Amino acid sequence: MPVYISGGEELLTAKITGEIDHHSSRWLRSDIDTAIMDNSPKKLRLDFSGVSFMDSSGVGLVMGRYKNMKERGGTLELVNMPKSIEKVMALAGMDRLLEEDKE
Amino acid sequence: MRTKKKTDNELKIIFPSLSENEGMARTAVGAFVAPKNPRLDELCDLKTAVSEAVTNCIVHAYRDGVGIIELFCKISGDEVTVKIKDRGSGIEDIKKAMEPLYTTCPGEERAGLGFSVMESFCDSVSVKSKPGAGTSVTLKKKLRQRL
Repeated sequence: MPVYISGGEELLTAKITGEIDHHSSRWLRSDIDTAIMDNSPKKLRLDFSGVSFMDSSGVGLVMGRYKNMKERGGTLELVNMPKSIEKVMALAGMDRLLEEDKE
Repeated sequence: MRTKKKTDNELKIIFPSLSENEGMARTAVGAFVAPKNPRLDELCDLKTAVSEAVTNCIVHAYRDGVGIIELFCKISGDEVTVKIKDRGSGIEDIKKAMEPLYTTCPGEERAGLGFSVMESFCDSVSVKSKPGAGTSVTLKKKLRQRL
């Protein structure tokens, strides 16, 4: 369940691939947080284009990264979210973080 | 295997409460339902609900160890029933546990949305639980008629 990190200080992009559940989220969390620590980005962009499944563990993952970025004075945006995943996010009101323009 | 009169198909899986089994459980339910030709969004909803229920067993019911999770699946006509049963810690207050955003482990990035997802992605969710004895969650979802 790899996550591809690109960019740096201005904008750090984490492209998540595969399935996000309770099992995979702990690895995703540590990979993304390590990249945040290394790059101290102003903006973190989570790209969901490669995600085939997500349950509410993904909501927890996003909430945690949102908090992490906020504490550092940065922002978080979510892009390329498939409809099925948006549905889970909407339950938590987290779809507000979605960028209108799909890439 | 003998099946009841109105039951088209049945499946039972027994597995230990290891987080790597979350994917197996929802995929098995998806594969079980697939021959009924469900719509993609229905299949996705059902898999998500199953994933939530199984995760609850792992994270809450067997919080301090590993126990057995039993999953029963049944298709009767166009209705899918999935029952997920554990013999773990049980739930003291089911009503409270089912409140959106309520979680007993706030430090662990659990969103507290498990039951909310099950309820909005299925037609019905029923929970039976006894503290110290275990919990069973029954999900029902009707597949839509197709032309």
